[in-house]
Amino acid sequence: MRHLLDFQGWSRAQVESLLDTARVMREVLERPVKKVPALQGFTVATVFFEPSTRTRISFELAARRMSADVVSFAAATSSLQKGESYKDTLLTLEAMGVDAYVIRADAAGVPHQATRWVKGAIINGGDGRRAHPTQALLDAYTLLEALGGLEGKKVAIVGDILHSRVARSNAELLSLLGAEVVCAGPPSLLPQALPGARLTPSLEEALEEADAVMVLRLQKERMEAGLIHLEDYIARYQVTAKRLKRAKPQAPLLHPGPMNRDVELEGTLADSERSLVNRQVQNGVAVRMAVLYHLLVGREGA
Amino acid sequence: MILIKNVRLVDAAGERGPADVLIGEGRVLSLEGGKAQRVVDGTGCFLAPGFLDLHAHLREPGEEVKEDLASGLLAAVRGGYTDVVSMPNTKPPVDTPEAVRALREKAAALGLARLHPAAALTLGQEGRHLAPAGLLQEAGAVLLTDDGRTNEDASLLALGLVQAAPLGLPVAVHAEDASLRRGGVMNDGLLADRLGLPGNPPEAEAARIARDLEVLRYALRRSPARPHLHVQHLSTRRGLELIREAKRQGLPVTAEATPHHLTLTEEAWASLDPLFKVAPPLRSKEDQEALLEGLLDGTLDAIATDHAPHTQAEKEMDLLRAPFGIPSLEVAFPLLYTELHLKRGLPLPRLVELFTDGPRRVLGLTPLRLEVGAEASLVLLSPKERPVDPKAFASKARFSPWAGWVLGGWPVLTLVEGRVVYEALK
Repeated sequence: MRHLLDFQGWSRAQVESLLDTARVMREVLERPVKKVPALQGFTVATVFFEPSTRTRISFELAARRMSADVVSFAAATSSLQKGESYKDTLLTLEAMGVDAYVIRADAAGVPHQATRWVKGAIINGGDGRRAHPTQALLDAYTLLEALGGLEGKKVAIVGDILHSRVARSNAELLSLLGAEVVCAGPPSLLPQALPGARLTPSLEEALEEADAVMVLRLQKERMEAGLIHLEDYIARYQVTAKRLKRAKPQAPLLHPGPMNRDVELEGTLADSERSLVNRQVQNGVAVRMAVLYHLLVGREGA
Repeated sequence: MILIKNVRLVDAAGERGPADVLIGEGRVLSLEGGKAQRVVDGTGCFLAPGFLDLHAHLREPGEEVKEDLASGLLAAVRGGYTDVVSMPNTKPPVDTPEAVRALREKAAALGLARLHPAAALTLGQEGRHLAPAGLLQEAGAVLLTDDGRTNEDASLLALGLVQAAPLGLPVAVHAEDASLRRGGVMNDGLLADRLGLPGNPPEAEAARIARDLEVLRYALRRSPARPHLHVQHLSTRRGLELIREAKRQGLPVTAEATPHHLTLTEEAWASLDPLFKVAPPLRSKEDQEALLEGLLDGTLDAIATDHAPHTQAEKEMDLLRAPFGIPSLEVAFPLLYTELHLKRGLPLPRLVELFTDGPRRVLGLTPLRLEVGAEASLVLLSPKERPVDPKAFASKARFSPWAGWVLGGWPVLTLVEGRVVYEALK
């Protein structure tokens, strides 16, 4: 694989090999000196056309832990109304010798477009509502740690499915790894179909016998657009301790963050033992190290 | 005097020949040869009346960086067009008689395709006050439209139709309910859901056509003259059905379809390339099949390009911000000759009619026939195949979703009133 844009064309074996590497990287992160020379001499650029803190820092740490040089470009979307800025920004970075680009944009397809403009490896750091593959990889990794395997496991993804790149990428990846993915949300926030997932407006149905529950962030702009009513959402879709009883005992809770406590998720649940939120963040660095390693030096099957 | 020898003739009435077409004094003088200063061997080629495009964005005045009259009208004659209707959504919009006159004079001086400006239906295309239809028509406007600025105010559209009726001006509408569309950039459906892109539902087109047909009924009732509603770039099966039914009931409505809606579908979006971003969006295969039926049964009156040039940099913006539009004046006929006539069996005379008499009827012009005495605004078409090369376009917009497609039916000689305005003969 030259790029990580989404999981189209990926085999289960490729994903598993990537996650095996992540396991090695996880061990590196637990050492007193959390650094290896694997990417010495490589330069990684984080190019964030859409604001983000968590993902950008996670990628930058991942690159630094492997001794890569890191440059960072962040721009407010408003100052990038002209498309040439995207292309020019990348061409400029290419001229400076960048080897890999982590690109985030509010529009679907920007990382794909970038593959037509520059020669380096492109990693999709989230494009519009379409895909967020490293989030899905870290979620899968975290679930594998917690559940031991994904084959035949039921994963419920709950919330604003329509606008969620996390839901799309997770449906794609978790089903590739053998899980049954059920997405639940208010009818106004459900797509017509999602490859790899079953859709339902019933939260209860999704939670029933679930082996794991992934809660998505409810974005304020959905309320402003009149797509949902907040109190109605909380009353009918908030993941509460009571509702979670439908899931398997101890089924872990995941959330891509940042969380709206007491909106999509009952606040106390976020701090409970079932919550893997912090584990997800820790695993994020390891998974991103594995991705950078595979694209820049591993290149298996490339 | 030009003699085009041994050429097949094709117009809306049919296909015949070969003939030796003698052209002089701006007219067809003979179909049986004669003496001429210049002789063109038309063996294997077709001669057709010059095409008329009802819907081109030539961007002048105001956005000459995208296109201007010189580049746009050169692109037109290279595409076999002898007549072009320019859309008024320029900067500023064409909403005064002076603006219409200025465009016509400048275009006439270029000596390429003839320009027939469309003018704004409302001042500034703002949808608040009607533009001076009578003065605009006197200045040479042939059609009124707010085009991409959809007419939200139904009552104003009715008044516009009533006002334009005695002047013989059609009112053209971009039929799309903006509130149903919201921020949609591609066809709403499974693919849009998968890509996580905001969808523009086909129902947004049908809903607005249904409303506009009711507005037309109202205008008909209130007007002593017969108003004429023209629906631009139809893209959906349901929209087409509404037009078909309205025509069956005798309503004065006409409609056009574009080369891109006839040859591309939403599946092209899988490439995540803004090249395919157009308004209305590329629709489903089913919608496209319906458009083909509409060409055959007469529901569609014309093929109009919606030639919409942009700069390369703009078209390389992301899928949300890149502008809508494809340049197509230079490829429209070869594209549909190859894809619809050769591959799908659309009869050649019908295809030519959709480029000639069909659009002329929309504007109330007389049909064109290849006969002695006819105006010699003609196009010679070669069946020889070659690939589409956007880098060679005369249009300033040198990108194309059809780049590399191998097409036949390319114009090789275009004449306006007997004068050669384009030639690509060896």
